[in-house]
Amino acid sequence: MNILPLFIALPLLGAFVLSLAKAKRTGDILANLINLCLLVLSFMLLRYGTLVYKIGGWEPVNGIPIGIYWVKDGFSTLMLIIVNLVALMATIFSINYMEKFTVKNKYYCLFLLMLAGMNGVILSGDMFNLFVFLEVAAISSYSLVAFGTEAEELEAAFKYQVMGTVASGFILFGIALLYSYTGTLNMADMARVIGAKSLRLPIFVSGLFIMGFGMKSAIMPFHAWLPDAHPSAPAPISAMLSGVLIKVLGIYALVRIMYNIFGMTPVLSNVLMVLGILSIMVGGVLAIGQEDFKRLLAYSSISQIGYIILGFGLGTPLGILGGLFHLLNHSVFKSLLFLNSGAVVYATGTRDLRRMGGLNKKMPVTGGSSFIASMSVAGVPPFSGFWSKLVIILACIFANRIGFAIWAVIGSIITLAYYMKLQKEAFFGSLKEEWKKIKEVPGFMRLSMILLAVLCLTMGLLLVPQIKDVILTPAVEVLKNGIEYGKLIL
Amino acid sequence: MSEIVKTVSRLFSPLIFLFGIYITIHGHLTPGGGFAGGVILAGAVVLGILAYGGEKFGLTGKKNKASASESLGILLFWFVAILGLMFGGIFFLNFMGKGIPFHIFSAGIIPLCNIGIAVEVGGAISVIVLALILFEK
Repeated sequence: MNILPLFIALPLLGAFVLSLAKAKRTGDILANLINLCLLVLSFMLLRYGTLVYKIGGWEPVNGIPIGIYWVKDGFSTLMLIIVNLVALMATIFSINYMEKFTVKNKYYCLFLLMLAGMNGVILSGDMFNLFVFLEVAAISSYSLVAFGTEAEELEAAFKYQVMGTVASGFILFGIALLYSYTGTLNMADMARVIGAKSLRLPIFVSGLFIMGFGMKSAIMPFHAWLPDAHPSAPAPISAMLSGVLIKVLGIYALVRIMYNIFGMTPVLSNVLMVLGILSIMVGGVLAIGQEDFKRLLAYSSISQIGYIILGFGLGTPLGILGGLFHLLNHSVFKSLLFLNSGAVVYATGTRDLRRMGGLNKKMPVTGGSSFIASMSVAGVPPFSGFWSKLVIILACIFANRIGFAIWAVIGSIITLAYYMKLQKEAFFGSLKEEWKKIKEVPGFMRLSMILLAVLCLTMGLLLVPQIKDVILTPAVEVLKNGIEYGKLIL
Repeated sequence: MSEIVKTVSRLFSPLIFLFGIYITIHGHLTPGGGFAGGVILAGAVVLGILAYGGEKFGLTGKKNKASASESLGILLFWFVAILGLMFGGIFFLNFMGKGIPFHIFSAGIIPLCNIGIAVEVGGAISVIVLALILFEK
C-alpha cells in the first residue's frame, strides 16, 4: 500500500476526533502518537525515489492528467522530514506548556489541521490543490496565533489574517492566470506546456507569486506582520510558525514553482538575491534593538529567511545545497529558540529581556540549549548554522558574486551581535532577586529542548558525503533538473 | 418578532429543511450537492432562531450539538475516503458500484460524500451564527 495519503489522512483524523473529544488527556496522547507515526513514515520515504499518487485512481487520458496528483520527490521528502520532526517536538513541548490554557483538545485539533495543510502543500502536484492546502494551514495558523484571546494576541492575529489573505489573493490570481494560459492545473503538465510554448506570461505571474509567497514567508518588503504574529502565539506554535510554516507556505511553494514550473531566469535570480540580502540586513539590524525575547527571535527569522532566499536565488547547485541546508538548520534552531523562550515565559511569566538575568543558574537545561541554538544560528563552528552559511557564502564566491558574499558575512556578524545580547541579558550575569524562587521547567519540555539541541550539534554531519547523498543530494537534483520535472512526473 | 413572522417561519422552516435534504441527496443528479444542501439546512435552523429568539431553544446546548454534528459530518467524509484506501488501495477511490446513471442509487460514493459535506456545512454555518448570537468570551 502506498503511504503518501497517510500524511494528510492521519492528522485530519486526529483533528476531527479531537474536536469531539471530552477527556483531558486525549489530545496529548493522540497528537503525539500521530506526529510520531508521521515522523517514522517520512523517514521511510527516504527509501523510495519519485512517487506519483493519483487521487481516486483517475488515470491520465491521452497522456493529459485529469485528476489530482500527489508527488513525492527528493525535495518533498526533505521538507516532510523537517516539518514532522519540528511538529513532534512542538507537541511534546505542549504536553506541559499548554496546561495553563483551558481548551487543550481544541488546540491540538487546530495544530493537526495546520500540520495536514503543510503536508498537503508539500505533497501536492496540482496548483489548485496546493492553494487549498495552503489556505487550510494558513487559516488554522490565524486562529492559533489568537489562541490566548488577549487583546494583543487578537490584534496580531487580525493583522496576520489581513496580510495573509491579501497574499492568498495574489497567489489565487496568479494561479487563475496560469490556468487560463496553459489550460491545466497539474504542475508537471503546466511545466511541459510553458516549456513548449515559451510564453511571456510567467514574468507577470512570477511577480504575483513573489508578492504572494513572499508575504507568506516574510521576505523583506512584505515582512511587517511577522514580528507581531509569531511572538503572540503560544510558544510551540511560534516554533511551528517560524520553524516550518513560513518555509513550507512561502519558500517551498515559491521555489517549487520558480524552479520546476517556470524555470529559473537571470532576472528572477537577481530579484531573489537582492530581496534575500535586504531581508538579511534589515531583519538583522531591527533585531538588535529588540527588548522582547520572542520579538527578537521573530526579526531574526526574517534575517535568516534572507540567507535561504539568497542561496536559492543564486541558482547554482552549490547555492541550492546551501539554501536547503540552511532551511533545515534554521527549522531546528529557530524552533528550539522559540521553545526556550516558551520555557522562560513558563518559569518567569515575562518576555522582557531587561527584567531577566542570570537565568542559567536556575534553568540549566533551558540556558544550555538556548546557548547551543544561539551559537548555531550565529554561525559559530562547529554548530550546524556555521556549515550552511559557509556553503551559501562559498557558493556566492564561486559564482563571482563577491558583493553578495560580503553582505552575507556582515549579516552573520550582526546575527552574532544580537544573539550575544540575548544570551547576556537573559541567561548570563547575576541572578535577580525576583527570580530566586523559579524552577527548571517540567520533564517533557526539557526533553524536546534537549533533543533539538542535540540535533543542532550534529546536523553539520549532513554534509558528510554518505549522509548527504541520502538526504540533501536528491533534493538538489530535483531543483537542478528545473522544468525537466514535467517530463519526469508525467 | 411579530406573530406573523413566527407563524410563517414555523410553517416554512420544516419545508426548507426538507428541501435541503432533497438538494443534498440529489447532488449527483441535479445542480446543487452537499455544500448547497448544507447551507439550506442551516438556513432552516437559523430562520427558526431568528423568529423565536434565543429563550425558546436553549442556544448553548444547540451550539454544542451543531459543533458535534460538524465534526461527525467531516468524519463521515474522511471515512468514505479512507474506505477507498482499504478496499481499492487508493485514497478517495470510488469503490462502490456505479449503478444506472440518473437513478438515485448510483454514482458510488458520491452521494455518501455529499451527505457528509451537508452535515458538516450545515453544522458549521449554524455554529457561526450561534457563536455570533451568543458572543461568549
